[in-house]
Amino acid sequence: MNKKNTEYLINRKDNQYEVVIGLEVHAQVLSESKLFSSSSTKFGAEPNTQVSLVDAAFPGMLPVINEFCIKQAIKTGIGLNAKINKRSVFDRKNYFYADLPQGYQISQFKDPIVGEGKVILDMPNGQKEVGIERLHLEQDAGKSIHDLDPQNTFVDLNRSGVALMEIVSKPDLRSPDEVNAYIKKLRSIMRYLGTCDGNMQEGSLRADVNVSVRPKGSKEFGTRCEIKNVNSIKFMQMAIEYEANRQVDLIEEGKTIDQETRLFDTKKNETRSMRSKEDAHDYRYFPDPDLLPLEVSEKFIEELKNDIPELPDDKKKRFIEEFKLSHYEANILVSDIDTAKFFEEVVAKMGKNKDIKLAVNWITGELFALLNSKGLEISQSPVSVKNFAILINLIKNGTISGKIAKTVFELMIDGDKDPQKIVEEKGLKQQSDPKALEALIDKIINDNREKAIEYKQGKEKLFGFFVGQAMKASGGKANPQLINEILKKKL
Amino acid sequence: MSEITKQSLTELVENIKNKKLSSTDVTQAFIQRSEKSSELNAYITDDFTSALDKAKKFDQNPNLDLKLPGIPMAVKDLFCTKNVKTTAGSKILNNFVPTYESTVTENIWNEGAILLGKLNCDEFAMGSSNETSHFGNVQNPIDKNLVPGGSSGGSASAVAGQLTPITIGTDTGGSIRQPASFTGIVGLKPTYGSCSRYGIVAFASSLDQAGPMAQNVKDCALLQEVISTYDLKDSTSINFKRNHYSKELTKNIKGKKIGIPKEYRVDGMPKEIEDLWQKGIQYAKDCGAETIDISLPHTSYALPTYYIVAPAEASSNLARYDGVKYGYRAKGENLIDMYEKTRSEGFGAEVQRRIMIGTYVLSSGYYDAYYLKAQKVRKLIKNDFDEAYKKVDAILTPSTPSSAFKIGEKTNDPVSMYLNDIFTVPVNLAGLPGISIPAGHDTKGYPLGLQIIGKAFDEQNILNIAFAMEEKINFKNKITDWWIK
Repeated sequence: MNKKNTEYLINRKDNQYEVVIGLEVHAQVLSESKLFSSSSTKFGAEPNTQVSLVDAAFPGMLPVINEFCIKQAIKTGIGLNAKINKRSVFDRKNYFYADLPQGYQISQFKDPIVGEGKVILDMPNGQKEVGIERLHLEQDAGKSIHDLDPQNTFVDLNRSGVALMEIVSKPDLRSPDEVNAYIKKLRSIMRYLGTCDGNMQEGSLRADVNVSVRPKGSKEFGTRCEIKNVNSIKFMQMAIEYEANRQVDLIEEGKTIDQETRLFDTKKNETRSMRSKEDAHDYRYFPDPDLLPLEVSEKFIEELKNDIPELPDDKKKRFIEEFKLSHYEANILVSDIDTAKFFEEVVAKMGKNKDIKLAVNWITGELFALLNSKGLEISQSPVSVKNFAILINLIKNGTISGKIAKTVFELMIDGDKDPQKIVEEKGLKQQSDPKALEALIDKIINDNREKAIEYKQGKEKLFGFFVGQAMKASGGKANPQLINEILKKKL
Repeated sequence: MSEITKQSLTELVENIKNKKLSSTDVTQAFIQRSEKSSELNAYITDDFTSALDKAKKFDQNPNLDLKLPGIPMAVKDLFCTKNVKTTAGSKILNNFVPTYESTVTENIWNEGAILLGKLNCDEFAMGSSNETSHFGNVQNPIDKNLVPGGSSGGSASAVAGQLTPITIGTDTGGSIRQPASFTGIVGLKPTYGSCSRYGIVAFASSLDQAGPMAQNVKDCALLQEVISTYDLKDSTSINFKRNHYSKELTKNIKGKKIGIPKEYRVDGMPKEIEDLWQKGIQYAKDCGAETIDISLPHTSYALPTYYIVAPAEASSNLARYDGVKYGYRAKGENLIDMYEKTRSEGFGAEVQRRIMIGTYVLSSGYYDAYYLKAQKVRKLIKNDFDEAYKKVDAILTPSTPSSAFKIGEKTNDPVSMYLNDIFTVPVNLAGLPGISIPAGHDTKGYPLGLQIIGKAFDEQNILNIAFAMEEKINFKNKITDWWIK
């Protein structure tokens, strides 16, 4: 394995720079109600329809911890192979903003619920371990809407108080590709756990990206800049690329990098200074006196551990061992829980005489292409597991050829039709009767005497011509293997 | 039967239960007296019309099994009351009408009581004289131009002036006990976690407690019984076995050990306070209790600790009053300008002072030196009490270092104002229950109070001691009705 080939470096004249990236991922806890109130968290509701008195910070209103969110955070911690802290503390992060009704965000500062952990990434050049610094729970703020009125800003508090997990990585990432793999892996783990739906369009997953650069081989970190609130992997990659190059340019010009918070402008594809270190907020963190320190027992944690499903890393290992899949195939199948589920259900439905490789090829080939073209998730697949499994078996037992199968698959999409029935109704069954095929081939040879002679004289390429003619004459239904055998015999 | 408004809660309940009085009679009487008492400025908002309706309704189908059957009462304007304006004594909540009810007041209405109105208090309960209220200072019924204490000044004045038979206040550093002492009534600050804070406008969350104020200990016990409930809506509410305080009330305190902390003998304390304390010790002995000299070594740090912790929490708790969602809003050029104007115009000077102190002590670079250190000292203060309670059952101290002072006397000297809370603040820091009972008069004839501090959740014990001593003290409040024309 040649590691150097995939190393992400920025080159300037004689200098090479390494990029150091750490992420603070904000993942919305999958929960019906908010972190400290019973309001709904449903996405897309009318503005300010999911706001309790607590969420709007009315006088005398008090937060009460939603135990389900605590469980979700601990499960996520377990999924990140992390230390679960039996005692954690909710702090107030104080700042003023129109969409922050309390004038502070309840977060965890010194004592987070989850401590150090790690995530394994599968990169083209092997596995890479990324350290997790911590995971803490916090409230989301509301949303300020500036473009509805020229004079006024509107505030929607539906998100106010929604539970977020902030997952802070160590500065272990070294390239936009690793960031891509890291986010996808985090999302995959949380989707397996059912603790975050990972939907970036709805803002369920977004990240603050810390970027610094240093000369290749250097052990010290450079000055970092934090790019706030990036909400897609593509934008994260673009932002990192821009920001790393900006920092390298500054160094090359002999200038220094200011530690600051920056924004990524997706239209101009550049990062812009938002505030410098000197202007940084003084959040005046202190323990929230409305909430006692959160204490969880060993038993509570153990019970949650027993509740953890098979996670992607374990599933992958099992797929490789049990189904003899390649690392590559296993990776594709396990990266999304619904894909893994679809695959396993197909395997189960295929019965005894099954061709797992064929199923994998069809899932990652035809099915993925179909879903892609229709913009659907695998959970919304127009072809059910049952009919998909039947189709694979029809190919496996020679009832239809792979080529015909593609036609059948097309016909299955509309209304999830049974492929068996399609084959029967359309008469697509493969012709595997040697006598009938011999007759067909005799006719073709007869009709193309000159070419047959040329073939015999050594023009071997013409074999393909005869196969094609035979397939054409059979309407594509001829068993290609038999055609080959018969042709070889007859020519 | 004596005049209705002179009757204690216990008498009124008795008379309503025996049908000697109707709720309408009682409500009418207190409304009439309240209406004649505008000079005291005890009310911010009255709800008299509605109160009378409720009383009539009660009388139509009286449920006499309730603990407060048809009893009218006014409450401190820090408790959110559904559909009745709640201001916390501040301009910033001048127009705020809650759509919800605090747990403590809900408990009271559930036992049959009827809201008379909302009582004046220092702005956001920050003050010791009721002079920081946006709605003007409150007069002490004891004498003209005398402060009633604070922050529950309107509450104390209303009980002492017989505008309400009982009331509830809140106590963050002495805001029930100090005004009770200044007006010659009984006030109990319960154990932290005893009464729900849900629906009470927050000042300092780790210190705030609601509590009863009444003319005598028995009334106080009955009201405490009603308001103290475990509440899932307040995460700091504690689920412990709550006594039937009024039923279990006894004057038998024989053999009880009462600690006398030497550190409460502060420099410059007037002789009459010392004398009162000595008399109190004698009363306790007369009741059969034993007094023991004890030490609470960190007492002198209590006040500075309090004036770090309380403003720190307040600076954060009051951040929600920003003009965006409810309450007062000033016009501004932009968001920041609107914030600045709203809060400069909406908050009074004392509140602004405490927000600034609180913001300062939480700032990075100062947090460790102030807030963190204060939290450590707070722990030491609590440890002092824990040590003492290995030897004694309760602690006896004066309630305040002086009697009530004149309006305006201390308004320009915040530190001297803060010193008023010197004996009450340690109790809040340690989360303990404390009760102030009237125990005598100073040379001017102004009332003076004694404070009995108990172990956590031991309200019954200090109520019993107070009940026993009350009989021996036989205090008579000198109310001349000077304000009634």
